[in-house]
Amino acid sequence: MKFIVSIVLTALLSFVACLYLPWWSIAVVSFLIPMIIFQKPYMAFITGFVSLLLLWGGLAWWISTANDDLLAHKISVLVIKADSPFLLIGLTALIGAVVAAFAALSGSLLRRLF
Amino acid sequence: MRIVFFCISFIVTIVLIVALGTRTWLPVPLGSFLSPQHGIWQNAEPLGQDFNDDLQFPQLKGKSTVYIDDRLVPHIVSDNDDDACFIQGYLHARFRLWQMEFQTYAAAGRISEIVGEKALQYDKGRRRLGMVYAAENMLKEMEANPITKAQVDNYTAGVNAYIASLPESRLPVEYKLLGYRPEKWNNLKTALFVKQMAQTLSGFSDDLPLTKAKAFFGDEALRILFPQVDDSLDPVIPKETVFPAPTVTPAAPVASDSLYLNKSKATGTVQEIKKPNPANGSNNWAVSGSRTQSGAPILCNDPHLDLSFPAIWYEMQVTTPTMNAYGVSFPGAPGIIIGFNDSIAFGFTSSERDVMDYYAIRFKDETKTQYWFDSSWKNSNLRIEEIKVKGKPVVYDTVAYSIFGPVAYDNSYPSADEPGAALAIRWKAHDPSNELLMWYYLNRANNYSDYKNALQYFTNPAHNVVFASKSGDIAIWHQGALPARWNRQGIYVMPGEDSSYMWQGFIPMDENPHILNPERGFVSSANQRPADSTYPYFIPGYYDLYRGIAINRKLNAMHGITADDMMKLQNDNYNVFAETTRPLLLKYIKDSLLNENERKYLDIVNGWSLYNNINERGATIFKLWYDNLEKQVWDDEFEKAGVTALRPSEKTLTEALLRDTAFKYIDNINTPEHETIADVITSAYQQAAKTADSLSAINQLTWGANKNTSIYHLLGAAMMPFARTGLPVGGGAHIINAMQHNHGPSWRMVVELTNETAAYVVYPGGQSGNPGSPYYDSFVDKWAAGEYYKAWFMKRGEQEGDKLVWKMEFGRE
Repeated sequence: MKFIVSIVLTALLSFVACLYLPWWSIAVVSFLIPMIIFQKPYMAFITGFVSLLLLWGGLAWWISTANDDLLAHKISVLVIKADSPFLLIGLTALIGAVVAAFAALSGSLLRRLF
Repeated sequence: MRIVFFCISFIVTIVLIVALGTRTWLPVPLGSFLSPQHGIWQNAEPLGQDFNDDLQFPQLKGKSTVYIDDRLVPHIVSDNDDDACFIQGYLHARFRLWQMEFQTYAAAGRISEIVGEKALQYDKGRRRLGMVYAAENMLKEMEANPITKAQVDNYTAGVNAYIASLPESRLPVEYKLLGYRPEKWNNLKTALFVKQMAQTLSGFSDDLPLTKAKAFFGDEALRILFPQVDDSLDPVIPKETVFPAPTVTPAAPVASDSLYLNKSKATGTVQEIKKPNPANGSNNWAVSGSRTQSGAPILCNDPHLDLSFPAIWYEMQVTTPTMNAYGVSFPGAPGIIIGFNDSIAFGFTSSERDVMDYYAIRFKDETKTQYWFDSSWKNSNLRIEEIKVKGKPVVYDTVAYSIFGPVAYDNSYPSADEPGAALAIRWKAHDPSNELLMWYYLNRANNYSDYKNALQYFTNPAHNVVFASKSGDIAIWHQGALPARWNRQGIYVMPGEDSSYMWQGFIPMDENPHILNPERGFVSSANQRPADSTYPYFIPGYYDLYRGIAINRKLNAMHGITADDMMKLQNDNYNVFAETTRPLLLKYIKDSLLNENERKYLDIVNGWSLYNNINERGATIFKLWYDNLEKQVWDDEFEKAGVTALRPSEKTLTEALLRDTAFKYIDNINTPEHETIADVITSAYQQAAKTADSLSAINQLTWGANKNTSIYHLLGAAMMPFARTGLPVGGGAHIINAMQHNHGPSWRMVVELTNETAAYVVYPGGQSGNPGSPYYDSFVDKWAAGEYYKAWFMKRGEQEGDKLVWKMEFGRE
């Protein structure tokens, strides 16, 4: 239950934070959530990872689909040297996921100190 | 132990954020770049994007509505001129911000700020040309006139209103890729944009290589190699037109024959500042009602420029109480540049006149603070150019300004073989002028006299301005402030130690070649010499020849013309140059020397239709053949002369060979044998056949495949996914459809001035500059197919229409 709530909360608050703050606010949110709703470090790590994987992957997929992948085709060639909107969306999701995972891990480890 | 785990995890997190948020380790900061709420995903415009808007700005005076049609063309309807300019600035920024800023950076020599050291030479060149100096002079004029001051002030306010409303997430994708932010716009940037166009269209000069060539060939020979009047010239103003006697009679300095036209002096091989594309040019024509089916005049224009994304043009209509004009605008400047209004239509082709000369300067010493002029040391103005370079220290360059203009070349730039040789530029684009005023009046002109009145403000870059009116007039003026030169003045670098070689005055406007309602029922121009040799002034330039012949030949034969006929003519691929040259090549080729494989290609050239259509192989082989012939004829002499970047033109060689089959340059001076015309034509052909073999092997022998018509992004090869390549478009140099590899018709317009104006338009691009928008390249396929859109020319009071899709309301807060 904690796991699900943490995932939803991390995603939701990350989305809200990014409306006003820079992209790395996802790390701040992911860091704070396990401080409030404690989970073991590895669970926190998975929570952050899954949460942002879903949020960033989902958002990118949703935006790109509405755009008929027009821009994703072009940017994927520029950035990953392969014409693949799918890979670009995947990379987006992965970057969000990794940053959030380590932030959440740090949050959980910090909470454990007290 | 737990603290250590935390610290490690925390540090990893911070390192990840820094690594993904900066360019230290990655070419783009992938974190911010790919963040769906900040990065490029925000530029992925949904296909059904809603462009409706309701916007309030305190700077506005009244109420305006922008009606946006299905092609994303805005139709601004304002109750006053100031608001219309504000909204034009706002819309340019809304759809083309990155481009308009980048182009002004390019004009000012500031590209190094964005892309780093690799642009340094380019930037230095811009500074050396005095581009900012030219823009500053224009700015003073623009701001001294209340009309244009109001225009640029409001335009600037509109651009800045958009920039101020722009969150980081909505920055154009190029800013995100290159990692910078837009500056505030200002009036100087508009002037810089105009001067960038001035450089594109009047910044051409061969004075330096010609001076070098003079030392080897001598002036007499160069008069033949670079002739003033071509044998087959069909000028803008029909032959037999009588020109009035000149009222300005410039006098050549005493002893210019020995001091200036002599053989002895060469300036060394200076590396030249990047010159504009010599193919920059255009077609325009207007046919009178006597030749059209409807009885109303039709005006056509297609300007030939480097094709780019975002396109140089932005289509729009502007309606205020004082004007109702439709056409294309330049993102960066107010007004409609090429188009039509309720009463008239107007179009432009470059005059190709030489308005850039060089003077040799003698500095007192290396400080460049003083130079010798009219028997004394004069102080120069030193302008210290500060060139910011991304990731590197600032580079400083000092440019001395003389009485002629900036000393572009000196001991510190670029690297002259003759240390200390200093060359000042005299360029018309440096003189104060206010071209925006010309467009202000032209947009509002009702008749011929309004048009003529507007033209007086057009000094540079000089153009052939074509005109047609609903009242039935057609006209063309070869207009600009053009120096009255003595014979051969400004062909070579001139002595700059006194005033005797300076420009002595300008040709009065009334003596510029022009014609109103000619008997033949049409006016036309295609960058050819404006007048034949009876024109009383010496007018060197970089003229074209065959496009003009092709257009006039066609128009002469046409009656009952429809708009459809004119669209076909703009897309005509017939090659008059090849028509003139091919018989010569076929006559002299020694086919007995050819092997079977080589003969195969000869049959293809022989059977070629003379149309540069995409499926023709003959067009490719003909071009290979001629290119090789040029090399065989010219390279031996010009290499010996030390001239690398200049050769006589294709038309000159053809006309010379037609005139004289024993033309002396045919012979290769590096061989003991005496080559004949048949020798060089045959060996050039054999070379061409070899190349044709290798092209054929990779399926690139057809004209379309060989030419590979492409539109690149302004950032070029670094942004290939933003380009469109391999477009199926025929045409080429010397052809009405002047579409070369990536240079050609940047806007095609056909306007029939019937009671209800019918205009057909298209350009290779789209209204949005955003590569993530479906409107980025939405016109390209139609343009490539030679098709047009019927423009929706909104009438005053019209508020609906079947093409209306969105509305933007603008009002005060």
